[in-house]
Amino acid sequence: MTNSVLPQSAREPVTGGTEHMRDFRKALGPWLKPKIIVGGTFVLLLCFMGVFSPLISPYDPNAQNLLNTLQPPGWWAGENFLGTDHVGRDILSRIFFGARISLIIAITVVLISGVVGVALGAISGYFAGHIDFGIQKLVEVVWAFPPLLLAIAIVAFFGQSLIILIVALVVQRWIPYCRVARGQALSLRTRDFVDAARSLGASNGRIIGVHILPNLLQAALVIGTFAMASAIISEASLSFLGLGVPPEIPTWGSMLADGRTYISTSWWLALFPGLCIFFTVLGINMLGDGMRDIFDPRLKRSGTGTG
Amino acid sequence: MLNYITRRVIGTIPVIILISLLVFMLVQAAPGDPADLLLSDEATPEDIASARERWGLNQPVYVQYWKFLVAALQGDLGTSFRYADPVLLMIGDRLPATVELAVVAILIAVFIGVPLGVWAGARPNSWVDNVGSFFGFFGISMPSFWFGIMLILIVSGFLNLLPSAGRNTYGIADDPITGFYILDSLLHWNWKAVWDGISYIILPAIALGTNMLGILMRVTRSSVLEVMHDDFVRTARAKGLSEHKVLWRHAVRNALIPIITVVGLELGTLLSGSIIVETVFSWPGSGSLLIEALNSRDYPLITGTVLTYTFIFVIINLTIDILYAAIDPRIRFDK
Repeated sequence: MTNSVLPQSAREPVTGGTEHMRDFRKALGPWLKPKIIVGGTFVLLLCFMGVFSPLISPYDPNAQNLLNTLQPPGWWAGENFLGTDHVGRDILSRIFFGARISLIIAITVVLISGVVGVALGAISGYFAGHIDFGIQKLVEVVWAFPPLLLAIAIVAFFGQSLIILIVALVVQRWIPYCRVARGQALSLRTRDFVDAARSLGASNGRIIGVHILPNLLQAALVIGTFAMASAIISEASLSFLGLGVPPEIPTWGSMLADGRTYISTSWWLALFPGLCIFFTVLGINMLGDGMRDIFDPRLKRSGTGTG
Repeated sequence: MLNYITRRVIGTIPVIILISLLVFMLVQAAPGDPADLLLSDEATPEDIASARERWGLNQPVYVQYWKFLVAALQGDLGTSFRYADPVLLMIGDRLPATVELAVVAILIAVFIGVPLGVWAGARPNSWVDNVGSFFGFFGISMPSFWFGIMLILIVSGFLNLLPSAGRNTYGIADDPITGFYILDSLLHWNWKAVWDGISYIILPAIALGTNMLGILMRVTRSSVLEVMHDDFVRTARAKGLSEHKVLWRHAVRNALIPIITVVGLELGTLLSGSIIVETVFSWPGSGSLLIEALNSRDYPLITGTVLTYTFIFVIINLTIDILYAAIDPRIRFDK
């Protein structure tokens, strides 16, 4: 008699421990996909570089050394692992600090857009009527601008600073959240549990906060992941155009702009920061794709590749 | 149908007016006085005052906006501070280059992205699908400006195959007819100029189109995948049609609607992507005009370019909505 003939329960005596393990594996199962593992690794790497940049950077990212400009990558043998730029700054250190700024900007932008978008969307859908009309007009007008154009205009008119850059990147990015949240809130407001809450005397604020918002979180998480990828690309684009953060802050986009100038002689200036942007965005996109497969396959095609 | 079109067109007008108001307010709220910026340091207060007078900067804000709106409706977007040329003419000069680039980029994206997606969607989880999915992720994650720089580095630098900047070799083009160099050269039967134009446009168009290519590939794959399980595909198979015919005649044709939508939706991204790609390749389009205007704080030119881009974007979206309603009658009842 082989094991396979026996029913599951006979082969595997059910104890608390294995049951937990099975539940754990069942819950973990959908997450163990190449997309999520590879994407997650890239994202973790970005976080590591960003958080620990002051510790792992071999040099000060802004320290110029005019006797040591445009040095090619020294790899393990040389002084500058990835070489130096046109004023002798260490590229590896600048990449680490660039990861930090990308991370700070992307997370801030995604959080603010998420809060604003979900809140406005929930309010718009829950109250309907005039409030809904007003908010949707605003959505329509802001969304009528080609992606990035409004951000370019804002930074161009208001000057370079971290706060203005973040405002410029938020200005259109809250809309996908708002749309999804509104749609969900519109259908949720007529559901029985909302009526029940209202008949128990719950205020509008409480109904939105306790009963509507939790239902919007998964969708917001998926949108947020893609929004993070697009925020990183947009930030790099603006920095590349010279419209990003002030020049003393190292960013991948501004490194690329320098790299473009010296492309004919010094390829390493443009190669490495670009690779970082690419792998970061690739990782986030893969992670977002995997999460969307798990949470909500219906969300397909929303929020990918803007900017 | 006509009713629907009229309603949509009329519905767009307030949006366009609100857009113009938003852009105008943005310019007003910006710190710094353009008159100060544009005149040299030696300008006397009287010079500045007369410049403000000339540009209408000393009038109340709402008067400035009203004048701006009325003029804009008559096709007058003001005069460039820097070049003293009418803004609309300057944009008109540069727009064909941008459109030409965008069209070639879309062609590249469609003719590579769609077949790749069909191929991958027809054989899910095969090696074709894996390669295709890789391309998809590659496309949506690639920052166009870096891809452009790398193309310049490899194709123009190391391999020395194609030019890296500009739109054509100086003196090779004939008199413009349409402003689209490749089309003009074709009309003149000037094959040398046609090839010249193509050699200049290939790299920027690839850089610009890759993002859309990735998105198109992914959307095509998923919509073909969906359709392949539908009854009409089973019927087509049951009729004994070859797998090739089933795929291209029946499945792909029905998967087209989401594909067309995505092309439409991504046009906006392409439009703003062209601003950056034009900068990378020194492409003389309206995107690089905007960047020049930004760098010199040429307010009327910035406002004009931003408005023109947005206007084009609104018109594209409107057209797609209408086309969509024409294809799928269910949509008209939604709104």
